[in-house]
Amino acid sequence: MIDFISADQATLDGLTRKDTRSGFGQGLLEVGQANDRVVALCADLTGSLKMNAFKDAFPDRFKQAGIAEANMIGVAAGLTIGGMIPFTGTFANFSTGRVYDQIRQSVAYSGKNVKICASHCGLTLGEDGATHQILEDVGMMKMLPHMTVIHTCDYEQTRNATHAVAAHEGPVYFRFGRPKVPVITEADAPFIIGKARRVMSGSDVTLVTNGHLVWNSILAARQLAAEGISVDLLDMHTIKPLDRSALIESVGRTRCVVSAEEHQRNGGLGESIAACLAAHLPTPQRFVAVEDQFGESGTPAQLLEKYGLGPGAIANACKEVIGVKQGLAV
Amino acid sequence: MTDQSLPLSELCTQVRRDIVRMVHGASSGHPGGSLGCTDFLVKLYFEEMHIDPTQWSMDGKGEDLFFLSNGHISPVWYSVLARRGYFDVAELATFRKLDSRLQGHPATEEGLPGIRIASGSLGQGLSVACGAAQAKKLNGEDRWVYSLHGDGELQEGQIWEAALYAAHHGIDNLISFVDWNGQQIDGPVEDVMTLGNLEAKWQAFGWHVLQCDGHDHDALDQAFKAARAAGGQGKPVIVLMRTDMGRGVDFMEGTHHWHGVAPNDSQLADALAQLTTSHADY
Repeated sequence: MIDFISADQATLDGLTRKDTRSGFGQGLLEVGQANDRVVALCADLTGSLKMNAFKDAFPDRFKQAGIAEANMIGVAAGLTIGGMIPFTGTFANFSTGRVYDQIRQSVAYSGKNVKICASHCGLTLGEDGATHQILEDVGMMKMLPHMTVIHTCDYEQTRNATHAVAAHEGPVYFRFGRPKVPVITEADAPFIIGKARRVMSGSDVTLVTNGHLVWNSILAARQLAAEGISVDLLDMHTIKPLDRSALIESVGRTRCVVSAEEHQRNGGLGESIAACLAAHLPTPQRFVAVEDQFGESGTPAQLLEKYGLGPGAIANACKEVIGVKQGLAV
Repeated sequence: MTDQSLPLSELCTQVRRDIVRMVHGASSGHPGGSLGCTDFLVKLYFEEMHIDPTQWSMDGKGEDLFFLSNGHISPVWYSVLARRGYFDVAELATFRKLDSRLQGHPATEEGLPGIRIASGSLGQGLSVACGAAQAKKLNGEDRWVYSLHGDGELQEGQIWEAALYAAHHGIDNLISFVDWNGQQIDGPVEDVMTLGNLEAKWQAFGWHVLQCDGHDHDALDQAFKAARAAGGQGKPVIVLMRTDMGRGVDFMEGTHHWHGVAPNDSQLADALAQLTTSHADY
């Protein structure tokens, strides 16, 4: 992995840019090749979810569900009875809110080994607007007993996570996105569910993030480094179960924390962090998240900036919480 | 003595006794639909399904499977499962009580043998049955998947999503039954939300449609045979099964009032007096 603080701009500009959903599509093909119990279902978005390679390679194990997501979730639950490992694919919006009761009863409560794979999450879905930009899905999914919740940051991490999701026994909500973003993880980096990934070490502030905001957090850390502030940056790709020990270890050193996520503040990663720290290590925290609003049409970059999820907003939150920490110390 | 050695009619009476006693014991539950589906479930579990309760597993490989989509009639299912040997009949006394495996609506969380999916929130079981039937095909298993649905439940949109799916994918190892009693909580189905011509609807959705009397054991026997004969030909099969809610207890028959109401002590005595059998209560 490159040193993101010392790397020059040309190095960053030269990073390969790929979409996380393509990482899922490649990962799905690979787990399908490795295990003939892996089956895939899609609700008329096979191209968008990048499931075509799996469909072409394993036509018998690909089930087109049509525009009928509730049924797709139930069919997936049924497929587990008999030992299949079903991966459902549609946009994050239609993967969660539209089918919440189906997931709750037929998957989570029934303890079924269904992998709910959700693309086009958050604001970075872009121009389609708020009808499709779900920002509440992590909250809905993390509230369900038995459910594991994962949100990945780049192509390789998503591809590797697909292998981990397939190997995991139990229901998983697997969230990824639409736009092309820099590939910042290694192709051979193992993905361990529930184990945070340290992106960079620092001592002044703990910054916990995931998904597309990992990249924005790296850019924020570069800005802060130029001002002499060092960031301990954790990629908390698994929101549930939360890696409490990594969080507490870091915050124990920095004594302040910022959470940054492409999701509503209510129900998101920041809330999970706050709940953990309130119980174990009360710590000043700032939340970079969408503040109880719906999104709108725009480009992904425009939307992240407008809704306060850009590198500048993350850097400001870090400086603010460091100020709170210093005030408490006086 | 095993329950399997009893004549079907006596088993049905015993199961009906279990139902009213369980619901009375919990002071809650759904006797009406349970009594109405007793003949079907006893016939299914004691004479129709290829199963081995002593070797029960969640995957059910090599066996026929059954999914109860209208989960509120759990009393009849629990009784039939116990009488068929999935668990001790004494456990029926724990129905709807704290720390029981016999939850108000069927669940897998407590590990009760015979149950493979939670149900109760309506409309989900047909989708699950479709998936389980497809898994059987993927596994190369030549076995049947059965499911049961309330007629009121057919008002759920997901049922019709699943109906499309089953026909499109040619799930012809699936045999679904509708408990066609014409009643739901708020009153007659025709008044609450009419279903129209059910036979034509299912045919239009690409299913092979059969009808039968859900209390005449010979008619049920013929329906099962006809359903399996119609299976394996590219179409899912549905049996529209005419039943009486509350069947076997005169004051519960033919009314939606006893959908989800428990009998009191004197009503229980009245019901049990109508359900006489030589067999043993739990």
